[in-house]
Amino acid sequence: MPLSLILSRALSALVTLFGVMVVVFVLVRVVPGDPISMMISPGATDADIAALRAHYGLDLPIWQQFWIWFGQVLHGNLGTSISMKQGVLTIIAQRLPATLELAIFALTMAVIWGGFIALVSTAWRGTWAERVIDNFNGIMLAVPDFIWALTFVLVLGVLVPVLPISGRSDPSIDAGLATQFYILEGLLRGKFAFVWDVLKHMLLPACALAFPLAAVIGRVLKNTMMDVMVQDYITLARIKGLSSIRILLQEALRNAAVPALALTGVQFTFLIGGTVITERIFSYPGIGNLAIDAVINRDLPLIQGLVLTFGIIFIIVNMLVDALTVWLNPRLRHA
Amino acid sequence: MPRDLRIWLGGGFILFLILIAIFAPLLAPFDPLEQDLMAATAAPGVEPGHWLGTDSLGRDLLSRLIYGTRIALTVAFVAATLACLLGTTLGLLAGYYRGWVDAGVSRLVDIWMAFPPVLLSILLVAVLGAGLTSVIVAIVVIDWTRFARVVRAETKQQARLEYAEAASALGMGRGAILWREVLPNVLPVVLVLLSLEMGIAVIVEAILSFVGLSVSTDMPTWGGMIAEGRQIIYQAWWVLVFPLGALFLTVLAFNQLGDGLRQWLDPMLKR
Amino acid sequence: MSPVIDIRNLSARTAVSPILRDVSLSVNAGEVMALVGESGAGKSTIAKAVLGILPTGIKVTGGNIIFEGTDLLVLSPPKLREMLGVRIALIPQDPLTSLNPARRIGNQLTDGLRLRAGMNRKQAFDKALSLLNDVHIREPERVLERYPHELSGGMRQRVLIAQAFSLNPHVVIADEPTTALDVTVQKQVLRLIRDMQREHKTTLLFVTHDLGVVAQICDRMTVLYGGKVLEQGVTAEILANPQSSYTRALLAASPRYDQPEQSLKPVPETLIAELKREIGA
Repeated sequence: MPLSLILSRALSALVTLFGVMVVVFVLVRVVPGDPISMMISPGATDADIAALRAHYGLDLPIWQQFWIWFGQVLHGNLGTSISMKQGVLTIIAQRLPATLELAIFALTMAVIWGGFIALVSTAWRGTWAERVIDNFNGIMLAVPDFIWALTFVLVLGVLVPVLPISGRSDPSIDAGLATQFYILEGLLRGKFAFVWDVLKHMLLPACALAFPLAAVIGRVLKNTMMDVMVQDYITLARIKGLSSIRILLQEALRNAAVPALALTGVQFTFLIGGTVITERIFSYPGIGNLAIDAVINRDLPLIQGLVLTFGIIFIIVNMLVDALTVWLNPRLRHA
Repeated sequence: MPRDLRIWLGGGFILFLILIAIFAPLLAPFDPLEQDLMAATAAPGVEPGHWLGTDSLGRDLLSRLIYGTRIALTVAFVAATLACLLGTTLGLLAGYYRGWVDAGVSRLVDIWMAFPPVLLSILLVAVLGAGLTSVIVAIVVIDWTRFARVVRAETKQQARLEYAEAASALGMGRGAILWREVLPNVLPVVLVLLSLEMGIAVIVEAILSFVGLSVSTDMPTWGGMIAEGRQIIYQAWWVLVFPLGALFLTVLAFNQLGDGLRQWLDPMLKR
Repeated sequence: MSPVIDIRNLSARTAVSPILRDVSLSVNAGEVMALVGESGAGKSTIAKAVLGILPTGIKVTGGNIIFEGTDLLVLSPPKLREMLGVRIALIPQDPLTSLNPARRIGNQLTDGLRLRAGMNRKQAFDKALSLLNDVHIREPERVLERYPHELSGGMRQRVLIAQAFSLNPHVVIADEPTTALDVTVQKQVLRLIRDMQREHKTTLLFVTHDLGVVAQICDRMTVLYGGKVLEQGVTAEILANPQSSYTRALLAASPRYDQPEQSLKPVPETLIAELKREIGA
């Protein structure tokens, strides 16, 4: 892929990111409910309040505040959280790995599950089984992660308690890890019991996140597969005597995946956005859960930092999807 | 499923909900706000008259469920329609006039989509203060992009087709072409999206209620009931089940309606 | 000696109309048989019926297709699949759409060699190289690495021809293999097919609407109209002395490169009406 295209895409992404920063900055500054008032102790004088406000730079005009913050961000300084009294970057860095592992796990599950549905439905096309699968998928399409999450909590957490519904791991187990990447580091260090425990905690929230995307992939990929299966080269493959499974996986899937990816790529960021409410429901200690707290506490620096983080993640995911689309399509690769 | 069935089932259920919302005072066996601490957290059918049980304050769940329909439907219809109008207008303009209008709208959509929708809505409602209006505004401000993206793509396609060029050759003004030629052909897609959006609006309201940021606690909302249910899930799991089920059925209905419409309008979509 | 392919009383129809009406023809070993007719005459349908790839709308309502003693129409799909590629192969009509855009030429060419002939990767690729040489493709090593969209139409068709002959099938069906190609390339490809056929001594069933092609390479021909066989026999005899008025009309309508002054005559309306009555349409 030509360098100029990559650069222009990157530049466009940066402009968008800048726009995101402006929007969130303005948005939180219009918040009613003075964050300072939550922090002062009783008996504080007006001078104290004024000093506190000045400390957080809230007495300056908005555009000035923005440039200060923007400059700080470029230097890697995201400010200090008003509610948690720590550096915003530190807080986010601490909680981000949990969300990343959850999101990656969910994305992988969604692709596998959605792909499986589409392939089976295609393999059984023309039969009643196909219609059952497609209808079932259609109903799954209607259910958002919010409803899945609550249903799992209810059914698999309370009524038939098979899986944990809160936290990231059993608090009594101390795995002694250096990073917050429980699964990654846990696997590298061979602490398999711990990793298993973490996976159990992650399974339900990940499923809640994954199922809506899986349903979308299931439908879109099924449609593109059906388009591909009537192509001449598939007929020729059949005439060459290739087996049905081989035709499905080796000949058809590659061609169907490209348009399917183009259509579903945008949904990947929706899955990541879904971590906000899903983490809340499962009390999962990631940045989604943190974000809700930040808003409730009117913690401006933290809110800004988190929105910025999500924005960067979304942009990176979009770029990865674009890159994958090009890599899968031989025609674009040599363009 | 035959397309008729989905439209009828989905549309029928929505109609059913509308009737419930309108005739709520007649249908609800109890006052939804009336507390009866003697009968708190009663399982369905245990306390006389409380068919679905009661919550932690002894309020009748069935009545609250019925009245909750009002908020859900109000938000669904108003917010979805407004989001539709805003998004469709911008999408039409961007797709038809292109140039800097298109660039501007597209950039705006990109920025909007870089926000996690739930986070943005929570932020907005926190900014605007709790209340029905805020919820509606939040939904409109967040979901207009859904319409804008699709309408823009559809408009670009339509505007290139011959009938638009023919009209242009006939001397019709661009605005007139947009209104009279392009818009009617974009409408089927918009209609389908509108139905889906209503389902989404109901969910967003529920999420906001769940987080404690929706309408004031006077009127019962399904999301609020779900939040309560989650709190006392170990003691009274049914408090969560009923509003969750109502939510699920409502969203499913809007979805099936949208699916059915898409199938039915397909000959118009696929030119 | 019994024919390699013996089609007896083959009939097929869609829900609304008949496609093949009681078609009978036989092809002997090593022969090149032409299936000639205009669009819709049913020639492609016959080819598809032999290969077992009839579209879902078309159903066989009677007859047999005897291939080397076995009736292909009653074979189970797995048994049919065993035959395909190894005993019967196809040179398809459109080289653009008949190659998988997402796989390299080498992989597509070696499918049969690796899966059916039991070769390992190296052996298969070596054989593929020699196959590409046989079809006169230059720099075959590089072509093996390429994707279909990087080749010209003529080259793609040569690859497909190589693919068809790769497992030394007894029968090759060529479904209008030059129709989708540039005129300049058509002659070369045609010559190539004839050379490959002669070299491998394959039986060739050649579907075409072009009498010029028939004259050049086909030993025998079957003329079809509206799903019915109008005339059948040795090419040279039929072309010199056509029995059916339709064949005569076809000849008159074909451009004769050896008689450029002669203008083309379209098939007369009256003849068409008469033909339709004849076949019972």
